[in-house]
Amino acid sequence: MGDRRYRAAPPEALRVEPLGQLTAIFDRRSVQTHLVVTPMPEILAAMGAEPCDAEMLAARLAADFDLEGEGDVCAIVAERLRELAELGLVTPA
Amino acid sequence: MSAIETLVDLLAGRRDPEALNPGEWDGVIGVARAEAMLATLAKRLADAALPEPVAQLLADQRRAAEVATKQALWEAEMARRALAPERIEFVLLKGTAYAAADLSCSAGRQIGDLDILVGRQDLGRAENALLKAGWEWVKSDPYDDAYYREHMHELPPLIHKSRDRMIDVHHTILPRTHRKTPDPLAMLADAVPTADGFAVLCPTDMACHCAAHLLADGDLQGGLRNLWDYHRLAGEFAAADPGFWGKLDGRADQHGLRGEVHRAARLARDLYGAALPSGWDRHDPTDRWFRRRLLARDDWGRPTDFLLQQAFYVRSHWLRMPLAMLARHLWTKWRKGHNPASKGTSSA
Amino acid sequence: MRHSTRIAVGPVQFRVGSDWAEPIAALDRLYANYSKHEDRPADATVRLFAARPWRRWLRPSVHIGGDYVVPDALPLPLSMGLLAAEMGMNLQVALGWRRHLLLHASAVAKGARAVILSGASGSGKSTLAALLGEGDWRLMGDEFTLLAPESGEAFAFPRAVSLKNEAIAELASRVDPARLGPLLAGTPKGDIRHLVPCAEAIDRMDEAARPSLLLFPRFGGDAAVEPMGEGEAFVRLTEASTNYIALGEAGFDALTRLVREVPAFAIAYPDSASGMALVEQLWAEAAR
Repeated sequence: MGDRRYRAAPPEALRVEPLGQLTAIFDRRSVQTHLVVTPMPEILAAMGAEPCDAEMLAARLAADFDLEGEGDVCAIVAERLRELAELGLVTPA
Repeated sequence: MSAIETLVDLLAGRRDPEALNPGEWDGVIGVARAEAMLATLAKRLADAALPEPVAQLLADQRRAAEVATKQALWEAEMARRALAPERIEFVLLKGTAYAAADLSCSAGRQIGDLDILVGRQDLGRAENALLKAGWEWVKSDPYDDAYYREHMHELPPLIHKSRDRMIDVHHTILPRTHRKTPDPLAMLADAVPTADGFAVLCPTDMACHCAAHLLADGDLQGGLRNLWDYHRLAGEFAAADPGFWGKLDGRADQHGLRGEVHRAARLARDLYGAALPSGWDRHDPTDRWFRRRLLARDDWGRPTDFLLQQAFYVRSHWLRMPLAMLARHLWTKWRKGHNPASKGTSSA
Repeated sequence: MRHSTRIAVGPVQFRVGSDWAEPIAALDRLYANYSKHEDRPADATVRLFAARPWRRWLRPSVHIGGDYVVPDALPLPLSMGLLAAEMGMNLQVALGWRRHLLLHASAVAKGARAVILSGASGSGKSTLAALLGEGDWRLMGDEFTLLAPESGEAFAFPRAVSLKNEAIAELASRVDPARLGPLLAGTPKGDIRHLVPCAEAIDRMDEAARPSLLLFPRFGGDAAVEPMGEGEAFVRLTEASTNYIALGEAGFDALTRLVREVPAFAIAYPDSASGMALVEQLWAEAAR
């Protein structure tokens, strides 16, 4: 389940603008504005240029953030990735 | 000269935009909006020296059209992402196709829904894949639903629940009940790829579809824009391929659309000044009804020539449906329109 | 069309056509102090029309149209023709304007800076703006505020202010009666009278102002002020805009910049006096 891989948007495609509690993301490819909260911006930032899956991302996030007590991080990240794909912000690789 | 004639002249390049007076611009802008061609005009006149207010308005339109085109192409991309896992092949049609193929008629062209063509055998799976990816049915009643599936050439309309944009999934290019039945299998088989990997109709099929859409699919509403598409497409394809006209004639014959394709070419000549080769450059007395219908708009943007409009409306239904069905369809529509309980429903 | 007029409001040049003389006459009276700009091509066309030719005389009812028409919209009786014209102008701008980001907001300016009051019908933004406009403030507009994407400046769109129900009396007591339009009683939104902006607002309609305070007013309840975060303000403003999506990245730029540069507050107020006091108070604080 967590092994579906996704590719992030190319570097110039997204404008990510933190606005207090929310982050506004403008996708130049779709000309759409997405308003997201944690952990979406963090997940997107952790993706890099290569395709990755939920397990890889969970490990990267654990390295940078304290995820103690957050539950099954891999499952949560997998779900968020699916949502990001629905929005078009990431593509199934 | 009326505003709509001035608009046509400006598009055709027969009239110098710098010579228009302010009063004329009122009408031209209004009519262009009514014909959904203001941005097209803006692209045509991008380099002209225009009065400041007009120049600004047209610049606004060019900018807005760029945004709208990107949004339309994104819909195509999202459809691809939905259909790819099921390996459903689809061909882009109309405005989105023109934009994806970077054809000249796409400059400033308003695009409404996403239109795609799939094989009849893929229709059910395409429906499911789209529903799974977030599209949902536009609410309708069972009669409309059945009508669409049985008799029209597309699924009932689908709208994406978060992006709020519609997709029309066709399996032929004219309704199944139409008197003409172009060959969808041939169109799918001969589709060509765009730079971004979408499929569009090959040039002759694209011209055939455009002519069919202009002349065989309806009552010529929005006809000037469709004719402009045809004019630009044919010109572009002919410039790239000297054999294009001959191939178009043959392909049109194959689809049973020879009459439509020829008439579209003549109308493009009469209105937009298209140069036609011999064999195409004829004069048909019935063209004048179509010219009149295309130009039936006053300087305030209102449709004129009510009786001619009605004649074309009835004609469009006649083209689409065998007579017995027509009576039943119109009766049901009338009943629904007059039933107090159905006040909230939208009409066709 | 049989009867017509032209009105220039801020950057928008309207032409209004009508099957009846009365709404045009009413517009000409209301907008007597505005330029018609006969020589300037119209950006937007409004049409007030009869659905069938005989409906010009038989139970005359006015359909609202023009460049844009709302299908299945209910017509208004001829007695409310002026309201139809005003709604028609709003419709064409809301759906057709692309030069600026359009916000459903009123705005008032002092010097080169402006307060934007964003809210839906019933929030009281029109009444507050009108009242402030009768004081030290320049009324920029009560229905729409135009935001230039590149510069972030606010542009004025000072149409006749649509006063509803109780607001009519409030303003009527403060202004020269010649500045009020006819009473349109029993409209779908209650009683309406239009207020002509004062001469200064009309004369300075082409002057931009820099937004310096963003307020989200709510009429009713005890006076209250709540600072609003950038994120929430952004969301509210996208909801308050009719053309945000059509503007693409330029719209995104305009709004992110606005919410980052301008302090935003939600305010509640029980009556106009408190509302105005809150505006003045927050303005003074923002200036510091």
